[in-house]
Amino acid sequence: MNPHTTPAATKATETPAAQTAPLIPLPLTTARALTATGALLSAASTFLSWTWTTRFPGNLTVNGYPGGLQLLTLTGALLTLAYTLTTWNIPGLRWLNPAGSNNATALLATATLATTWYTLVTIAVQLGGLANLEPGGYTAALATLLTLLGTLALPLDRHTEDTDGTEDTQDATPGTGRPKATTRARALARTALRTIRPGHPHQQPPPPRPLPPWAEILIIAAAFGIALGIVTYGIGTAYGELFTGFLLLAGLGTAGLARAGLLGRLTALTAKHRTPTVTAAFIAAALFPLTQDTDQYTLIAVNILIFSTVALGLNVVVGLAGLLDLGYVAFLGVGAYTAALVSGTTASTLDIHFPFWAAVLTGAAASLVFGVVIGAPTLRLRGDYLAIVTLGFGEIFRITVGNLNGESGPSLTNGPNGIPNIPDLVLFGYSFGDTHHLGTIALNPFANYYLLMLLFTVIVVLVFSRAGNSRIGRAWIAIREDETAATAMGINGFRLKLLAFALGATLAGLAGTVQAHVAYTVVPEQYVFAGPVPPNSAFLLAAVILGGMGTISGPLLGAALLYLIPAKLQFLQDYQLLAFGAALILLMRFRPEGLIPNRRRQLEFHDTTTTGPGTLTHPEASTP
Amino acid sequence: MTATDAPAPVLTATGVTMRFGGLTAVHDVDLTVHHNEIVGLIGPNGAGKTTFFNCLTGLYTPTEGTVTYKSSALPPKPHLVTKAGIARTFQNIRLFANMTVLENVQVGRHTRTKEGLFSALLRGPAFRRAEKASEERAMELLAFTGLAPKRDHLARNLPYGEQRKLEIARALASDPGLLLLDEPTAGMNPQETRATEALVHAIRAQGTAVLVIEHDMRFIFTLCDRVAVLVQGEKLTEGTADTVQADERVIAAYLGTPFEGAPGEEEAAEVAAAEARTEETQEGDQR
Repeated sequence: MNPHTTPAATKATETPAAQTAPLIPLPLTTARALTATGALLSAASTFLSWTWTTRFPGNLTVNGYPGGLQLLTLTGALLTLAYTLTTWNIPGLRWLNPAGSNNATALLATATLATTWYTLVTIAVQLGGLANLEPGGYTAALATLLTLLGTLALPLDRHTEDTDGTEDTQDATPGTGRPKATTRARALARTALRTIRPGHPHQQPPPPRPLPPWAEILIIAAAFGIALGIVTYGIGTAYGELFTGFLLLAGLGTAGLARAGLLGRLTALTAKHRTPTVTAAFIAAALFPLTQDTDQYTLIAVNILIFSTVALGLNVVVGLAGLLDLGYVAFLGVGAYTAALVSGTTASTLDIHFPFWAAVLTGAAASLVFGVVIGAPTLRLRGDYLAIVTLGFGEIFRITVGNLNGESGPSLTNGPNGIPNIPDLVLFGYSFGDTHHLGTIALNPFANYYLLMLLFTVIVVLVFSRAGNSRIGRAWIAIREDETAATAMGINGFRLKLLAFALGATLAGLAGTVQAHVAYTVVPEQYVFAGPVPPNSAFLLAAVILGGMGTISGPLLGAALLYLIPAKLQFLQDYQLLAFGAALILLMRFRPEGLIPNRRRQLEFHDTTTTGPGTLTHPEASTP
Repeated sequence: MTATDAPAPVLTATGVTMRFGGLTAVHDVDLTVHHNEIVGLIGPNGAGKTTFFNCLTGLYTPTEGTVTYKSSALPPKPHLVTKAGIARTFQNIRLFANMTVLENVQVGRHTRTKEGLFSALLRGPAFRRAEKASEERAMELLAFTGLAPKRDHLARNLPYGEQRKLEIARALASDPGLLLLDEPTAGMNPQETRATEALVHAIRAQGTAVLVIEHDMRFIFTLCDRVAVLVQGEKLTEGTADTVQADERVIAAYLGTPFEGAPGEEEAAEVAAAEARTEETQEGDQR
């Protein structure tokens, strides 16, 4: 589809860019100079020592050589500097900021400030007082603040859809016509929020300069190379503080790049070259284990892959067909238990050893059967009722496998002890349990499993995109949109919902067969509704919603974040579910369509202006 | 070109009764739609028109009575009814709001295409051919309804009149032998109503019979070969536009009957005069 004719684009161009008066009144040149100086100073400050002792991880004591969290500040400061320069129309930098938005600079300055101040506050708290900061630290704090103040003096554009114009004046004190102080503070806060909030840049960037196809593909490859680098850095962060700093910088920085229109251009490129994009993504992902020399982080990576693959499978059910399934992890469990039972482990009650391909087929088939058996009675329900019943079936699975121990039920699963000692896979003489050497590169066991799992992820991605973009996929979306109208169009609602449910179950079963071998053990407690360790049903659903329903990259990103954050932030352990809940509430308030919105969904959640007769959803049947 | 003598009627409803608990919404209604015929169904609000429609399309299973389509009994499931050849639109527009215009029509093609999940996953040549054919047929229908330039717009972003048109295009996508339109001109301005009239005539010219519910009397009387009047769940009368307009019971159903004597002779006379005037205006509209 031509992106320039989409209604979203038309709508955005119709809305004029609202450049507001800057929050801080300064001449434009001064503001720019202030920002650039601040960014330069911030970058320079990372070469000073921030603290006196190496007790704070990452060694921030060395003069002339930035380390640990200082590197993040340096990156942020340099990016801010680059973006300040783009608004000066310096040739060669224009591509960085196609929308010419100052908000990008402001967001990057905020990212730098957040990372730096987070570091400094953590130093002060951990080491017991501000006295532990060296002059370099204070310089960094002031320089980043200066940068942010500089960007706030630049004209920023902001969201206009939630300004109705009258709102700012109607609270004025009667008689004086001057706004009350509280009102002004509220207005200021609103303006700040609008400025920071990522979304459509209202200034539509000019259409990109036409490039030869090979150059575009090269850009895609480079982008995935950079993405691999960023993800590898994030997974490889050695301590929680560094990871938090990384998240702050990466999160706000990405919002900045989105505001600049750079990500939009990249998305347009990837939409144009689908096959090269998928290939580049696959290659970048396959390169990950080669960047690792220990298996510490490859284990995390393979678990992320399993989690995200299952989340993508759930996305068929939730995102495409609109069925809220709260017991999805049971299908992963069925696949894992099946693979464990036929894996030839001594702990298995079945004395059989299937080759891996047969185990995969058996696991997927078992999940399929389980999906149909659960789906056939439950899918006659709609909405909340379906959610509750699937939640129940998920728990029934866990409790049942906990009881099939020969005492309270037939002997099959060893009850709560589960099935341990699942042997490593051997495919075509290639043992997954050994470290293999490719020249100088060592592939450790988890790297082997990572590559195998990646293959499964690719299969699931292909299944998702192909099924979604077909007669069946359209029927699923139609059911999600309006089931009554869909049946009136000749769609057998129950049958198609069952198909979505069964397909989702099969995909989870596939992932489960690999998971059994990666974890070496399957126990019932891995498959709970909600628990601290993903994947569980609640986290799977959260990954889909956080990432973006109905998209491919959304659940992959959501799952990666939801796995990494608990794994990296050990101090959160006790408060993890609390933080998780708070984060979900904030997300639903400010970005209900998820981090990577589906084009359709975004309109669904934010386009309230066109609510006309066409959006009435009263059940027709109720009017005689 | 009324085809009252055609061999098999497209739709025959015999003694259709629909009860919700103690309430009888539709009582013993007979209706026949012949080949190439446009039949109107009118009646005051709450007369049971939409309920009767829902009985025809399988959304409700009638408590009593039978519905046959081209002399075979209709299955009681909406998707099977559509498959058999009856398509419908809704009183409140029910498009798939977040799908594009083209996708909406392609969903309408669902019963006339076969490609299953495996074919979609394997993407063989047969699948590509079928997708292409489905898109081509959908584009034909969009061109027919004049929506072709808007193929990639989201349905929700269309103006009201075009949403109505899209609903008709989507219903036509299942190649129906009978099209049921539930208040197709509700909320339209006179121009749009005229355009809809032309569209319905064009649909009939393609060999599809049409059964239409409408409150716009002018629309009904210019368009329909035959009009059936439903009042309080029962069919009051049926016939050509002129017969129905002349029927006193129909006028009474719409305007009410004067009490004998009770409100006073003068009022009764006034009401009668008003009725006469209405009749005149309606006839005037006719000409």
